[in-house]
Amino acid sequence: MAYVSIADRDHEVEHHDPDTFISKYVWSQDHKVIAIQYGVLAILIGLVGMLLSSAFRLQLGFPDMFEFINPENYYQFVTIHGMIMVIYLLTALFLGGFGNYLIPLQLGSRDMVFPFMNMLSVWVYALSVLILVASFFVPGGATGAGWTLYPPHAISPGTPGTDWGIVLMLLSLAVFIVAFTMGGLNYVTTVLQARCKGMTLMRMPLSVWGIFMATILGLLAFPALLVSAIMMLFDKLLGTSFFMPAMIQAGVATDTVGGSPVLFQHLFWFFGHPEVYIVALPAFGLVSDLLSTHARKNIFGYRMMVWAIIAIGGLSFIVWAHHMYVSGMNPYFGFFFATTTLIIAVPTALKVYNWVLTLWQGNIHLRVPMLFAIAFIFTFTHGGLTGLFLGNVTIDLPLSDTYFVVAHFHMVMGVSPVLVVFGAIYHWYPKMTGRMYNETLGKWHFWLTFLGTYSLYLPMHYLGFLGVPRRYFAMGNTEFMPDSAVTLNASMTISALIIAATQLIFIYNMIWSLKHGEKSGGNPWKSTSLEWQTPDTPPKHGNWGHSLPEVHRWAYDYSVPGQAEDFTPQTVPESEVPVGRDHGVDS
Amino acid sequence: MYITLIFLGIIMATVIVWLLRQTFNTQPWISEAADNEVSGASMDTNTKAVALTVFLAVATSVFALFISAYTIRMEEPDWRPITEPTLLWANTLMLILASIAYHWTRGAAVKGIDSRVKPGLTVAGVLTVLFLIGQLVAWQQLNAAGYYLDLNPANAFFFLLTAVHGLHMLGGLWVWARSTMKVWTGADSDSVRLSIELCTVYWHFLLLVWIVLFGMLLST
Repeated sequence: MAYVSIADRDHEVEHHDPDTFISKYVWSQDHKVIAIQYGVLAILIGLVGMLLSSAFRLQLGFPDMFEFINPENYYQFVTIHGMIMVIYLLTALFLGGFGNYLIPLQLGSRDMVFPFMNMLSVWVYALSVLILVASFFVPGGATGAGWTLYPPHAISPGTPGTDWGIVLMLLSLAVFIVAFTMGGLNYVTTVLQARCKGMTLMRMPLSVWGIFMATILGLLAFPALLVSAIMMLFDKLLGTSFFMPAMIQAGVATDTVGGSPVLFQHLFWFFGHPEVYIVALPAFGLVSDLLSTHARKNIFGYRMMVWAIIAIGGLSFIVWAHHMYVSGMNPYFGFFFATTTLIIAVPTALKVYNWVLTLWQGNIHLRVPMLFAIAFIFTFTHGGLTGLFLGNVTIDLPLSDTYFVVAHFHMVMGVSPVLVVFGAIYHWYPKMTGRMYNETLGKWHFWLTFLGTYSLYLPMHYLGFLGVPRRYFAMGNTEFMPDSAVTLNASMTISALIIAATQLIFIYNMIWSLKHGEKSGGNPWKSTSLEWQTPDTPPKHGNWGHSLPEVHRWAYDYSVPGQAEDFTPQTVPESEVPVGRDHGVDS
Repeated sequence: MYITLIFLGIIMATVIVWLLRQTFNTQPWISEAADNEVSGASMDTNTKAVALTVFLAVATSVFALFISAYTIRMEEPDWRPITEPTLLWANTLMLILASIAYHWTRGAAVKGIDSRVKPGLTVAGVLTVLFLIGQLVAWQQLNAAGYYLDLNPANAFFFLLTAVHGLHMLGGLWVWARSTMKVWTGADSDSVRLSIELCTVYWHFLLLVWIVLFGMLLST
């Protein structure tokens, strides 16, 4: 059996070349296989999350028309939908999926530094998904406490799933965090220690920067979720009262006294807000690479983009209480958190300007990945602007319990990252499979998804302004809700169903193209970064053949004046760059 | 949450300052940068040592959050302080001695004195196991004295914090067991040197955490 060292200069860590079906595709230690395992699993569970949302949207659009939706499972669907989308889909897909695929390839290493732990990570993640799904089938069903799982109602009788559902939910989260930590240690250490020769930190593509910083955030923030999950499990199973206050249930006082539900909220949001950036920073990074490649222009303000990622990472730890304005707090705290929230908009806005300026006078190719990337700029700007509203205490208070908040975070944290996910999958599909996707199907997928999400979420903002409350199973007859609001809700449901159905086009395209797609070649986008320069496509085990690549430049040498091609790969030394023409693009 | 903020502030500040120092004053668009001198690794140390450092940051985050939760919860009126068993002092001594033993073993492993590695490792492990047994006995003493887990949040926190610390210790013992097995089956100190070096850091870290936790439990 052949031994392959992880990196040529690093002989400490070695692993076996896979030679059986099991070691190649199931218990694989190859980062590319693990990435695809993570990705497929995340997308599968994401589809479950999408079906759940379709189900509860049916109730919201057409109240009481569908008998299979009752108040109990409505809340269960809403809760598990949120949990799946935020954690089991987006976090897993960006870090476990793209992180695993891109970090070693874009940095010129053979694999992650701890391949065995990497393999454990994906299977422990699979276990967490299994526990989550199992919670639907235990007595009492899954938890219906809302994805934030606030106590006391999360573990008090009356809420769906307080028997076993909440226990499995918390257990699943704890297991997920273990999986993430094993993956995260790998990502950070690989970025720090296993880059190829010449790959300085400031020559790393922004994708890696985004994933790197998001992983650091995750490693420091997920413990808050772990701590709150453990303490809530104690409250539920062992009768402690960390979070459970004195209560009277059905006229009888409970055993619990003095617990602090607000303590849980602090812990939860201490994780919850960085979590937004755990999802957003990889999206920022990936979209930067997509825009630059398909506009044939270097990313505008690379250094500023890197520092913005670092600044957002740091600031994201001191804004959490803006999720808790309605819980009540010292006005000075409110002022502090409103200020930090508005400050974090500065580096974020810088990034938006830089994306737009990257497009400025670029040679824009409107291929499917680029369509998704540009759409992201729109949806993210819209979601970000409504965030400025909600960051202010006085505006947040009346809007907090309305559809406005739902619309805001779906635009900024749902639609925007998902658009990047699609763009990135289309972009790297040729590298992962060696085949092109179907461009026409891709464009149908894009336009239906993009316009569909707008027709779903724009009216939702309006309903929020009207005061339509979120979390309600049925609105009943309320005076402030005009008939038009009811009609809008129905139209939003139809949009949601269309978007859901549209995703079948995407899945069909991905599967069909595996066999029938055109052969893509190694570098169909004429891209500069290292993953496109591998000797084989899809890259084989060990990625680089006999010797590791050497890097001579950053990843954004597109349309450099005076060079014959409009791109210069990172592996090309200055002396070997063919000279030629001006590309008519301002670099 | 101040305590968590201070801890995380220090960690994040370290990360940010380090990253800024790496990235400041660079001109990434210039391709002539001396690629022969630019190695891909950021730190001139072993990869596992980097991973351990990152893991210690994660563990610090966990403990800082528990401490924050403790300080917030103890403000509520139902908090009844616990009288800690005196046995904890003996346990603390065990852990200090275990840490010293590991440090001594590390010195031997670095210098390649094989004869000292085997007894050093064994003593460090035995002392750590004694610490854990001592913690379990302390639990029993508390139970016998009527300080049940669900009676008061102070009790609950005592059991929770000692359990979390103990679990971290058990994780360390797993690595200890592997290197000890190797040494007892005749491997030389060089093959376990790295493991011993990293374990020493981990033992010192858990000793420090225990002293902080113990101090907090005693003073409140």
